[in-house]
Amino acid sequence: MNGRPGTIRSLLALGLLALLWPSPLRHLLERDMAVHMIVQLPLLACGGFLLGSALRAHEPRWLAEADWLGLPGLLLVIFTTSFWMLPRMLDAALADPAIDGVKFLSVASFAGLPLALSWRRMPALGRAFLWANFIPKLGAIGGLYLAAPIRLCAYYRLDQQAAAGWTLIAVAVALAMAWFVIAFVGVPMSQAPAQSCRAGNEAA
Amino acid sequence: MKAGFPVLLTLVLSSGAAALAYGTEGFHAVTSEGARALAVERTPRPVPDVALTDQDGRAFSLGDYRGGAVLVDFIYTRCPTICTANGGDFERVLARLERRQARGRIDLVSISFDPQNDDREALKRYGNRFGAQAPRWRIAAPVDGRGLAALLKTFGVVVIPDGFGGFVHNAAVYAVDAHGRLVRILDPDATEQIMAAAEQAATP
Repeated sequence: MNGRPGTIRSLLALGLLALLWPSPLRHLLERDMAVHMIVQLPLLACGGFLLGSALRAHEPRWLAEADWLGLPGLLLVIFTTSFWMLPRMLDAALADPAIDGVKFLSVASFAGLPLALSWRRMPALGRAFLWANFIPKLGAIGGLYLAAPIRLCAYYRLDQQAAAGWTLIAVAVALAMAWFVIAFVGVPMSQAPAQSCRAGNEAA
Repeated sequence: MKAGFPVLLTLVLSSGAAALAYGTEGFHAVTSEGARALAVERTPRPVPDVALTDQDGRAFSLGDYRGGAVLVDFIYTRCPTICTANGGDFERVLARLERRQARGRIDLVSISFDPQNDDREALKRYGNRFGAQAPRWRIAAPVDGRGLAALLKTFGVVVIPDGFGGFVHNAAVYAVDAHGRLVRILDPDATEQIMAAAEQAATP
């Protein structure tokens, strides 16, 4: 189905994942709690997403059939992202490069990749349900970070935690607005995305 | 919906739940702080015999306290905030120890993780501020960096720069029992719990 675009996309994905690994960049992206959660983790998922959309044509039939409405795949995405957002796991990834390696591989292959395959199988109502759950939850976690009087991560200061809280709230508000616009105003066809990850995942 | 669906769903649900249970110590802790306290209570860990020097310049190690309990905390003497509070916490414990009748020794050791700045003079000044006198309450620094690293690792202490030339660290009181094992990690404010844990740890 997609020969060349698929190859380009998988190269892009592997390039992105390879770029995120070398330690100076990794340390830069993990030094701050907000950047770790809102830049590094989504970028890793993005890499997996690109890879997934490139491999879509080669997906085995049994998998496409067993992943009914995309339910198992999207559950896998939810489990994986919840796991790596546990404050304890953010700490563990910083303390041990081996655990960080597991994070890289699993966020790409168990969050980004299944999102690319399963999201398009989920009916519109199910997608709306997922967005409607995801966005307030993001804001609520942000609020919790702001309200917590103690540090949740041993590797991050209290002011970094508060900054992560504000950033999560900002992202939640931005997503809610974007969703509202897309749902009630619509996306002009000329902008039909595929290049950027987020746009790709909404349009898929 | 195909026969593969329930299989895939069960696989995702069970492995996801297992991962989350692993990541939260059986749904009991989401922070590394909570997780390490639980882990220590379940499996006490032997404390390394690291060479230390106290405020009087005397050499000793935590192994010397076997047969009695020792309460440990980690400090740096330039600390303007939490260590001062910690010093106050140990001061309260000391007052309780002086009135204590029960058998079994209970001693206090404050260990500096900043041996570069905390020379004997600095340790002495910190001790005088809180009425600490060896051997009941030693203010100590590890002799070398390897020893310090071993202590921080065993006790699970994470020290990060505070951005103003000082440090931020997870503050706690650590109870080491008569067999030289770290058995409890306690909130520094909870004097009653600290005393109860120390009494229990002092009984061989």
